[in-house]
Amino acid sequence: MFSYELKRGTLTVCLMGELDHSMAARVRSEIDPLIDASGVRRLVFDVGRLEFMDSSGIGLIIGRYKRLSRRGGSVAVAGPDARIDKLFRMCGVYQVVERLA
Amino acid sequence: MRLLNEMRLDFPAIPENEAFARVVVSGFMLPLNPTLEQLADVKTAVSEAVTNAIIHGYAGRRGTVRLHGACTEDGVLYIDVIDRGRGIADVERARQPFYTTDQGEERSGMGFTVMESFMDRVEVKSAVGEGTTVRLVKQVDLREEALPRHA
Ligand SMILES: Nc1ncnc2c1ncn2[C@@H]1O[C@H](COP(=O)(O)OP(=O)(O)OP(=O)(O)O)[C@@H](O)[C@H]1O
Ligand SMILES: [Mg+2]
Repeated sequence: MFSYELKRGTLTVCLMGELDHSMAARVRSEIDPLIDASGVRRLVFDVGRLEFMDSSGIGLIIGRYKRLSRRGGSVAVAGPDARIDKLFRMCGVYQVVERLA
Repeated sequence: MRLLNEMRLDFPAIPENEAFARVVVSGFMLPLNPTLEQLADVKTAVSEAVTNAIIHGYAGRRGTVRLHGACTEDGVLYIDVIDRGRGIADVERARQPFYTTDQGEERSGMGFTVMESFMDRVEVKSAVGEGTTVRLVKQVDLREEALPRHA
């Protein structure tokens, strides 16, 4: 499950439940057209309500980073719990993605 | 070591079954009195191995993923994730952090690294054209009663 809000060039995606390969595919297919069509400059993934994430979630975030950075945009994550934070560190996510709170 | 319990489950290699496999394994390991953290560790590792079987092993083709689980009396959990898909040519290399054969931008190449960090042991057996077996091992129950008993 997820919801999103687009405001002045910033797309905030609130992820809920279990971010695995199948959810990552659903999120991607819904937000990519939006990112391309509406000139999103900044993408924020709110992960504070996730109950589960595996490396498919990392792929989703890094994949969107690659997409946005090609045209000067940026990606951030908000609200990771200790477990997701550990996963982000392990996978080097913070080298390219800003952590907000 | 004597088995406390054992299970075998076959399911089609479709993404919907990634969540199903996590639920099954959580239920299966309950008799070992896992902490919430141990439950999350095992769910994550199983999710990685099952996802790999589906997206790399079968790569969109039909196939069956098999889970074989065992709990032993000394509190150890074993989960084998088995596919009969395309196999891995160089397992050593596949296990390296950030190594992926994915052509797009959607995989980070961290699945094996995640499995290794959340489990005590990860063993991979694979043959090209025959398939892959990933064995995940974790000492779950650390209570006195679970330690090996002497007659
Ligand atoms: N069951 C499998 N069958 C065939 N190849 C596999 C299998 N599991 C893994 N591989 C190979 O090993 C590589 C590394 O796997 P790993 O899970 O570490 O990364 P990934 O799946 O590519 O990316 P991520 O897990 O971060 O999304 C894969 O890219 C794939 O080539
Ligand atoms: Mg993987």
